[in-house]
Amino acid sequence: MAVTVKPKLDAVRIRADFPIFEQLIHGKPLAYLDSAVTSHKPRQVLAELQDFYETSYGNVHRGVYALSERATERFEGAREKVRAFVNAPSAREVIFTRNATEALNLVAYAWGFDNLGPGDLVVVTELEHHSNFVPWQYVAKRTGAGFRMIPLDERGELDLDGLDALEQEGNVKVVANNLVSNALGTINPVEKLAAWAHAQGAIMVVDAAQAAPHRPIDVEALDCDFLAFSSHKLCGPTSVGALWGRRELLEEMSPFNLGGHMIRKVTLEGTTWGELPHKFEAGTAPIAEAVGFGAAIDYLNEVGLDAIADHEHELLAYALERMQEVPGLTTYGPPVDRRAGIVSFNLDGVHPHDVAQVLDMDGVAIRAGHHCCQPLMAKLGVAATNRASFYLYTIPEEIDRMVTGLQRARKIFL
Amino acid sequence: MYREVILDHYKNPRGHGVIDGADAAAEGQNPLCGDEVSIFVSFEQGGDTIEDVKFSGRGCAISQAATSMLMEMVKGRSATEIATMPKDELLEEIGIPLTPVRLKCALLGLGVLKVALHRAKGTPLPDEWAGLDELELR
Repeated sequence: MAVTVKPKLDAVRIRADFPIFEQLIHGKPLAYLDSAVTSHKPRQVLAELQDFYETSYGNVHRGVYALSERATERFEGAREKVRAFVNAPSAREVIFTRNATEALNLVAYAWGFDNLGPGDLVVVTELEHHSNFVPWQYVAKRTGAGFRMIPLDERGELDLDGLDALEQEGNVKVVANNLVSNALGTINPVEKLAAWAHAQGAIMVVDAAQAAPHRPIDVEALDCDFLAFSSHKLCGPTSVGALWGRRELLEEMSPFNLGGHMIRKVTLEGTTWGELPHKFEAGTAPIAEAVGFGAAIDYLNEVGLDAIADHEHELLAYALERMQEVPGLTTYGPPVDRRAGIVSFNLDGVHPHDVAQVLDMDGVAIRAGHHCCQPLMAKLGVAATNRASFYLYTIPEEIDRMVTGLQRARKIFL
Repeated sequence: MYREVILDHYKNPRGHGVIDGADAAAEGQNPLCGDEVSIFVSFEQGGDTIEDVKFSGRGCAISQAATSMLMEMVKGRSATEIATMPKDELLEEIGIPLTPVRLKCALLGLGVLKVALHRAKGTPLPDEWAGLDELELR
């Protein structure tokens, strides 16, 4: 009889794949609790980059020589890996961008400027990262569309009670939301928002930068229209990200960047655009970075996205429990079962920057700041928070060391 | 890094408060971490000697302690002198090595003071501080 055993992740073994942990920071082993901002890279990804540059590097889609063909094959192979990673119907709907931010700007500019106007509404949420907030605010202002925000409730989850009122206010044309909040870890009800968006005739734009590294993503199940994420947060290189978009929308859209590679025919009188995805990939792409992005996806698939989500869930529960030992510590965010591996917190009477500095002296890296979420910070009534975030290589000892450091910070400042 | 003198200034800031009807005032933020400092100056009658100076704000220990130290350093000196006061003078007083990010925290108060003097007395504001002036005016 076949028994399905859920594979459990072995973080200690995984950690050995990451050379960054082999050094000492201020004389102590590195405890890296800032993966929400960026992740470290395993040997497998670094080796892929090196191998690509050493054996297959060339510009893609141009040369007729062997190297160019080899480079094109690996670059397009990476696109196929990205497609499968989010269960998109076609690799032609996958556009390589510089990062999630550029992907979201692409949609805001190339879709927004042609489709928004007075009487229309763009709806974002109070939980958005600035990258899915500021571009929409800007394009709304420039086109005369209204700009609204779905508020948060006391637990740090979206309060959807006001959706009916929004319907009365104008033609909702865009709903933009992150699948996982980078500041609080809230897992948002994107499927529900997508259904509401479509009922209004709006498009659903999903920022998956904080979700894609940590849990399986399925654009069909989410039923969204655009989805953006970055490579660097999921063990891949910097300077490459991906936008998935529905083909019919991408086909209708104007280009975003213009120049080489994205054209069909250029004359003095005018230019016609190339086919998808090339229409949106002007200039030389981040070729090696995309290949590394593909290698990172292979690495995550090998470990298993479900196993990663479970591992982080355990770490989150452990961290929240241990942090209760620290007097004067307030955590923000929803209950454990509706939250990814992120803990935002403040230590009463100690500025987040000072907390992070004290921890750094012990080799413990956490974030302090507004996390590119100033509207959210205003809602919480704070200028900044501390944030610890976990990944597949995080081990409980790192959380223990953070808690010890927090106790020390308290003693120094109080 | 958090040596005793820093913690003392942070916990018991000198010159903390507001001067009503100040002759010069400015405020500044450090957008990276949300430090905020407002500085108020009054001059001796008819002159440019700093008679009193106070600050208010919130932020990390480095930003608040450094501004507190600054209050003690500038009282009784002239606006012209403070306008050209090198940042190293304050950094020596702080006396701890600072990373580039923390340097911004440490120098926020000095920058805000220079902006206040520039606005009230037309003292020169070198480029490195001009950003603070623009930020606020925008």
